[in-house]
Amino acid sequence: MLCAGTGCVSNRSLEIQTALESELKKYDLQDEIQVVLTGCNGFCSNGPILVVQPDGIFYQMLKVEDIPHLVEEHFLKGRPIEKLMYIPPDKKSPVPKLSDIGFFKKQQLVVLSNRGLIDPENIDEYIARDGYKSLAKVLTSMKPEEVIEEIKASGLRGRGGAGFPTGKKWEICRGAEGDEKYIICNADEGDPGAFMDRSVVESDPHAVLEGMLIGAYAIGAENGFIYIRDEYPLALKRIKRAIEQAGEYGLLGEAILGTDFNFGLSVNRGAGAFVCGEETSLISSLEGNNPAPRTKPPFPALSGYMGKPTNINNVETWANVPRIINRGAGWFAGIGTESSKGTKVFSIVGKLKNTGLVEVPMGITLREIVYDIGGSILDDKKFKAAQMGGPSGGCIPASLIDLPIDYESLTSAGAIMGSGGLIVMDEDTCMVEIARYFLSFTQDESCGKCPPCREGTKHMLDILTGITKGEGKEEDIEILEGMAKLIKQTAICGLGNTAPNPVLSTIRYFRDEYEAHIKDKRCPARVCKALIKFNILPDKCNGCHICFKNCPSDAITGEAKQIHEIIQDKCIKCGMCFDVCKFDAVRYE
Amino acid sequence: MKLKPSDLDKIAQKMRSVTNLRKGTSRIKITVHMGTCGIASGARDILSAFLSCVEEEGVSDVLITTSGCAGLCSREPMATVEARDKPPVKYVDLTKEKVKRIFKDYVMGGKIVEEYALAIGSERVL
Ligand SMILES: Cc1cc2nc3c(=O)[nH]c(=O)nc-3n(C[C@H](O)[C@H](O)[C@H](O)COP(=O)(O)O)c2cc1C
Ligand code: SF4
Ligand code: SF4
Ligand code: SF4
Ligand code: FES
Ligand code: FES
Repeated sequence: MLCAGTGCVSNRSLEIQTALESELKKYDLQDEIQVVLTGCNGFCSNGPILVVQPDGIFYQMLKVEDIPHLVEEHFLKGRPIEKLMYIPPDKKSPVPKLSDIGFFKKQQLVVLSNRGLIDPENIDEYIARDGYKSLAKVLTSMKPEEVIEEIKASGLRGRGGAGFPTGKKWEICRGAEGDEKYIICNADEGDPGAFMDRSVVESDPHAVLEGMLIGAYAIGAENGFIYIRDEYPLALKRIKRAIEQAGEYGLLGEAILGTDFNFGLSVNRGAGAFVCGEETSLISSLEGNNPAPRTKPPFPALSGYMGKPTNINNVETWANVPRIINRGAGWFAGIGTESSKGTKVFSIVGKLKNTGLVEVPMGITLREIVYDIGGSILDDKKFKAAQMGGPSGGCIPASLIDLPIDYESLTSAGAIMGSGGLIVMDEDTCMVEIARYFLSFTQDESCGKCPPCREGTKHMLDILTGITKGEGKEEDIEILEGMAKLIKQTAICGLGNTAPNPVLSTIRYFRDEYEAHIKDKRCPARVCKALIKFNILPDKCNGCHICFKNCPSDAITGEAKQIHEIIQDKCIKCGMCFDVCKFDAVRYE
Repeated sequence: MKLKPSDLDKIAQKMRSVTNLRKGTSRIKITVHMGTCGIASGARDILSAFLSCVEEEGVSDVLITTSGCAGLCSREPMATVEARDKPPVKYVDLTKEKVKRIFKDYVMGGKIVEEYALAIGSERVL
């Protein structure tokens, strides 16, 4: 089992493979002993790694020169070579192996394969990990059409939201009529709670540049833009630095790598609104116009920046490209599920023990993300649901926790892959309030151009707010569903088309919670303040006076050793009395 | 300098001799993880604490560098300490005091500070 992870490959494990195979042939052992390439072992620093099964002997730091000796001694004479074996630093060491820790164990790094390993502000370190090798390969040995075929064969789909097949998009743009073409990197990332793209740019900016260069060559574009969110100063600094360094090396500009390929790149700072991440709005903002979306078609691939064919992809989509070219479409297509290939970066936030940024293979289950990677719910509470795809997405309830995560299964469950924001909610979360929160975000961000989005979301928001205040009416659920349908069908852009999704998916899975709010004026998760009322049970209260001392609003009356009472008008529903009472005398409903 | 395709390999080899401990002159490499989230939780202080340790001890074979984050936001600030021929050790939830101790015990003394260490080894890259 020879490691063929990125780390080992850049330490020449593929040369070891050739040497091994030819040595084995020499002794006629090729049928008896199989050379199997494996994924990373998590010991890249000691690579190349070779594990000999069934004995589990672990060789490290192999060099091509070691191989003849190794094959002769170990495989022919049966004497493992101690000198090349891995010696655990300290057998009794209680410190676990990184790749055995849940958070890291389930992750597989493709896009983030350089994270934490290189200095992102030093282009040489990127080059030392096979950087710009794919660009060189493409420019010197592949026709643009071949590059497109390779990306198509890999099955790569857009990581920015809709999941459109990337190779196909490139092909359309390449085929579009026009002498000038443009490419754009969408680094606007406006989804609240999401920071995947920020992290990719911060930890490996050259991967994005190299992906764009390869795309530009394939599409036939000579100019490109990186449109980056203004709130990302560090990412902005690193991408600018990367562009400078690439320019000095002649990897941007004219006659790149001595070929006749030219490409120029500029960085633009986002105008700050969520809708600016939508492609037509983004393009309009690049042109110096008001960032308002327009109707599609025509799609940007045919008529984009300044009316010219324009290909727009997300940061993570671009960063996948050099890895696909380097390792081959077949390798990439071997990761993931039938319809969704490769990995996806998620930012996991919310009620989890471990939060952060993870890269996992497509097809992983929500259970693995919540329990293995996330380390389970904080305070050992129950998992209730996960919001996927941010304000454009929907929730996946606990009952679907074993759903494999890929584009199709998420869509059929009423959520979306989106850009990879994943918010985990526990039993104390009120789903009506969540829907209200996301809708208030999109309603706030609506550009106001088309009435269904502008007025419709406002009306829906009013209804939801009413429900959380105990003013819900029987017919509200139906009205919400009807309006959602209408807005989805008639809004001009993706913001409006998807804004009702959080409402629809919470109604789909948590209708009983809506009904409890509307019919019983009750918030089962006890979040909606207007619907809770604190009371002291006279037969349980022993007059210890603790709640009296703790109430921040002087809403409790009673002398020590007497039964206490809550003055409802003064109570701000902070729950303090409930928390401090040791005698279970405080109740809420 | 404008590169030709063949120059990439040369740069890669030259660079590996600096960053790869086996081939270079450094005995230990310390990487402080500096993404937005690490910096927000104090990674800059951690970096300067390591730098002042180097100064105080007067050592010249310790390479201090920065990199992007390891993604585990809830345990930032974080640093990876890698000694030659040993797997890297990741330390989490760092403070200046912890840095001093790690420097003294592990960098100078070769003993892993178990209480602060999250794990040894590297992440899986495909
Ligand atoms: C309201 C709205 C916001 C969007 N924000 C982003 C964003 O921040 N980043 C992004 O890459 N795509 C965003 N998109 C999707 C883009 O319109 C576009 O589909 C994407 O950049 C295409 O790249 P891909 O094919 O690589 O995913 C947004 C779409 C909508 C409707
Ligand atoms: S759907 Fe909303 S954001 Fe999109 S164009 Fe219409 S009003 Fe603007
Ligand atoms: S803390 Fe409980 S028992 Fe004590 S006075 Fe308040 S309600 Fe009564
Ligand atoms: S909920 Fe808060 S404000 Fe109301 S009675 Fe209890 S402690 Fe006082
Ligand atoms: S790439 Fe081989 S151990 Fe990581
Ligand atoms: S963004 Fe780097 S660890 Fe959180």
